[in-house]
Amino acid sequence: MSKSINRREFLKRGSALLAAGSLPLSLVEVAFGKNDPENFTFAYLSDSHITHIKGKEFVRNWDRGLIRAIAETNLLDPRPDFVFYGGDIAQLGKPEEIDHGLEILSGLRGDVHYVMGEHDYYLDLGDYWRKQLGPDHYSFDHKGVHFVVLNSILTYDDWVNKWGGPMERMQQMARLDNPQGSPFMVGEAQRQWLKQDLEKVDKNTPVVVLSHSPLQKIYKGWNFWTDDAEQVQALLKPFRKVSVLYGHVHQIQYNQIGNISFNSAMATAWPWPYPSSYKQAASYLPKLTVEMNRADPFFERDATGWQFINMHTGNVDVHYLLPDNQNRVVAFDRKAGHPADTKFQPVADRIPPQTHY
Amino acid sequence: MKIKTPTCLLLAASTAVLAGVASADPFTQADLERWKAEYMASVEKGEKLFHGGLKSKNTVSCDQCHPNATNIHPETYPKFQQQLGKVAVLGEMINWCIMNPLESDPLALDAADMVDLQSYIHWERRGVPLAPGKH
Repeated sequence: MSKSINRREFLKRGSALLAAGSLPLSLVEVAFGKNDPENFTFAYLSDSHITHIKGKEFVRNWDRGLIRAIAETNLLDPRPDFVFYGGDIAQLGKPEEIDHGLEILSGLRGDVHYVMGEHDYYLDLGDYWRKQLGPDHYSFDHKGVHFVVLNSILTYDDWVNKWGGPMERMQQMARLDNPQGSPFMVGEAQRQWLKQDLEKVDKNTPVVVLSHSPLQKIYKGWNFWTDDAEQVQALLKPFRKVSVLYGHVHQIQYNQIGNISFNSAMATAWPWPYPSSYKQAASYLPKLTVEMNRADPFFERDATGWQFINMHTGNVDVHYLLPDNQNRVVAFDRKAGHPADTKFQPVADRIPPQTHY
Repeated sequence: MKIKTPTCLLLAASTAVLAGVASADPFTQADLERWKAEYMASVEKGEKLFHGGLKSKNTVSCDQCHPNATNIHPETYPKFQQQLGKVAVLGEMINWCIMNPLESDPLALDAADMVDLQSYIHWERRGVPLAPGKH
């Protein structure tokens, strides 16, 4: 029943968007070089935080964000080869939330590859998510690119086992600014797996790694952080072109560390402030990042969004689709050797809403 | 502009003198400690309300969008809140959040919960200079 309502809503939304011409369809076509068979795009949605209230009630705002992102993704033409979902389907890891989220996500046209988020994991340590979606770390090759998905939101066993029950543990991890939180990590077992997985990959093959948390250290207080980031980076170092895509931060971030480019995803649910706006602690947002526009809370989709990505350079160019705001493109600048905003990178070209405080 | 001293204040002051209660003498270390303790008790209550303690009909809580009470900018209020079409105090914006993202009922501007929320929000922003009216 609710499925058919969702379908109708997709169609209604979709035709409204088409009429408004709000998708940058020409950009998609530019991304495809007609003579290069290796060119392709994929879409990237993340952080929907579907929240169960009671019975059949879910938080409307977060449902709408995901529904809208899917409706827009379905309008991409040419079609993306596949879609990545970057983690945190659910808010508190409940089967009701994962099921409701997956029901909405079933409206996506094309294959979807999923990444585990901490909000999907800490109720039952990922059991229900894996039952519905399969392994939480895997790799595959697509048109000459090696894709790797990691579960980067594991943490120390002492922390996992110290709580009174599964829901208490989930709620502790769900609180971003929790002074009793615990840092994320990929962990020894997965690093071993990654090492073996990469052994068979040619060093000139572009590698794209998807994780939920940043595989770099930005701000520990909100877990914009992975404790063993350096060890994972070391495994990626021998490759010529490496891109890391991550969710969790609900904001635009990008960075370059050696051969590794980093790009974050916007949330479909709600935006997060930049850590530097917390005045009681130091944080390390990459200097390269031109920040997203400050949100106008009266537009509930402002500072949320989704991404599509083209690989025509072997590096990722990220197109941020931002409802209620101006779209952004962060593309790999070959001359500079790092990702750069195609419009706002020069300091003189930045606009007042990009100043956070 | 003429300012009238309210009669009740004068009455209260004279009663205090008669009863032998300390008046406006220099405050003591105990006073300082009490002021701090009272304020921090309010901060602590506010911190709990902010992180899920507030009655929210849809379970959404303040900290979900505002970790450590960031992106609130209490130092800028009162300010012109374009979306409300007027100069507003912080409490009005807190109520806007309670009514919209939280889909719940607003608080009276002088309700104890409203005061505690603001104690917490200001505490997390301590040290930031006042910037009245800044967008």
